Amino acid sequence: MFKWFGKVNFTPFTKVTDFARHLKDGYFMGSRCKECGTTSFPPRADCEECMSPDFEFVEVTGKATLNTYTKIVAAPTGFDEVAPYIVGVVDLEEGGRALAWFGETIAEDEIEIGMELQIVPQIFDEIEDIKVYYSLEKPGTTWSKVEGGGAA
Amino acid sequence: MNRVGIIGIGHGVFGRRSDATVQELAFEAFRAAMQDAGIDRDALDASVIGSVPEYHKQRSLAGVVQEYLGLVPRPTWLTEVACASGSAAIRTGWMGIKSGLHDVVAVIGCQKMTELSTPEILALMGRVGEVQWESGFGTTFPAYYALFARRHMHEFGTSRENLLQVAVKNHHYGAKNPMALFRKEITLEKALASEEVATPFQVYDCCANADGAACVILASEEKATELSDKPVWLDGMGCASASMSVLRRPSLTGLPSAQQASSMAYEMAGVTADDIKVADVHDCFTVAEIMAYEDLGFCPKGESGRFIEEKQSYIGGKVAVNVDGGLKAKGHPIGATGVSMTVEIAKQLRGEAGERQVPDADVGLTHNVGGIGQYCFVQVLKKD
Ligand SMILES: [Zn+2]
Repeated sequence: MFKWFGKVNFTPFTKVTDFARHLKDGYFMGSRCKECGTTSFPPRADCEECMSPDFEFVEVTGKATLNTYTKIVAAPTGFDEVAPYIVGVVDLEEGGRALAWFGETIAEDEIEIGMELQIVPQIFDEIEDIKVYYSLEKPGTTWSKVEGGGAA
Repeated sequence: MNRVGIIGIGHGVFGRRSDATVQELAFEAFRAAMQDAGIDRDALDASVIGSVPEYHKQRSLAGVVQEYLGLVPRPTWLTEVACASGSAAIRTGWMGIKSGLHDVVAVIGCQKMTELSTPEILALMGRVGEVQWESGFGTTFPAYYALFARRHMHEFGTSRENLLQVAVKNHHYGAKNPMALFRKEITLEKALASEEVATPFQVYDCCANADGAACVILASEEKATELSDKPVWLDGMGCASASMSVLRRPSLTGLPSAQQASSMAYEMAGVTADDIKVADVHDCFTVAEIMAYEDLGFCPKGESGRFIEEKQSYIGGKVAVNVDGGLKAKGHPIGATGVSMTVEIAKQLRGEAGERQVPDADVGLTHNVGGIGQYCFVQVLKKD
């Protein structure tokens, strides 16, 4: 199911494959080591601290602060029709970082390093196959499955 | 003491070399280095090839280069760490000599980047980052450095002009380098008017792909003294890695691998940043040179904007940086770049850099970065 993640996906097979299923259901998940409790976003199957292979998914609030951003004009294969697009790197409230696109709730001229953001699960509704991702939105924005379209 | 010396240097013309295969480019640099060393192939024990395989149609490149150079049946191998592949080749050659296994080793950095079609380049471009969590958002190589640039500007007040002043400097010196891809000066106004790539970067913030090769002949202290009357010594060899993903970096205003690799190299060579008279640093994007000033200790953290503004990295300033044109003007044949840097600094320490010669250059440095800092190699070179 990890093949659902990203407009273009390069890694369909992974031990954290359920991340994409949770995202489709509207949950933004990190991982927690069942041995020592270390949490991680992006999720990882093997604990960075104690090397244990036992992990579980835990929901991350998605509350975040903008660390830095760029508007990509020269796009690689598979992204030319969406270019230009703005990518931000955010520091997550629970620790860790995420990289994602800015969504429709924020205008380009409002973007400012240090601003508060909310990570929101998204489904591409213009693509026939199931394709999920997450975007950077105004705090308080919630995921709406209805807008996601027919990706059942 | 058991030093490793550079006894021969060779450098081909960088650019769109539709006249040559990669092994033919390698031969140009190899022949020049062998002539410079004044030795023939009998003196060589082994070769190391630095190159990035995914750009070539020929798979397993070391084999074809080794054969074309006439070095069969000596040992050979390829090193790959993205844009730092050339310095990795020098490091393993150095290790081979230091261990006592070999006495004289040829190190060749070579790359042909124009064999690929534009669609092939665009597809490769989409996989430069960490592909599981980042590439699905269409990240590109300039975009990563643009993220660093925006954060550096935010934290330290580094200006848009400061970034492009690096490009202006490097084109100024590139105009004087016959091996460079771009041999003309640019103005800040022209750079500011160029097309957007990934904000704040425009075309003139980015180096250009090129074809090219460079070669150094390394020798043990005993052999170097016997074979050469002007060896340059590789006395400090630093190397470190950093996370593949930008999401796992401690800060986005510098490269931790560069900070660690330079500390190691300074300590091994018994010098400090203040001793460096001339340096070739990895300016794949303008901000990369800005961060290098700080990571290498040429100026305090956050002050690199002022450093370039005051022309401290020009000849006559605190330390002359990229006075061969850097990646920006010289071009960036990724596997050749690290070796090209070592060739340039050796030339400076030998006093043979012509109109771009740095006066009294006795200690020099190279700083070669792979990817977005996943790998960094720093060398300290000495004349005496
Ligand atoms: Zn653990």
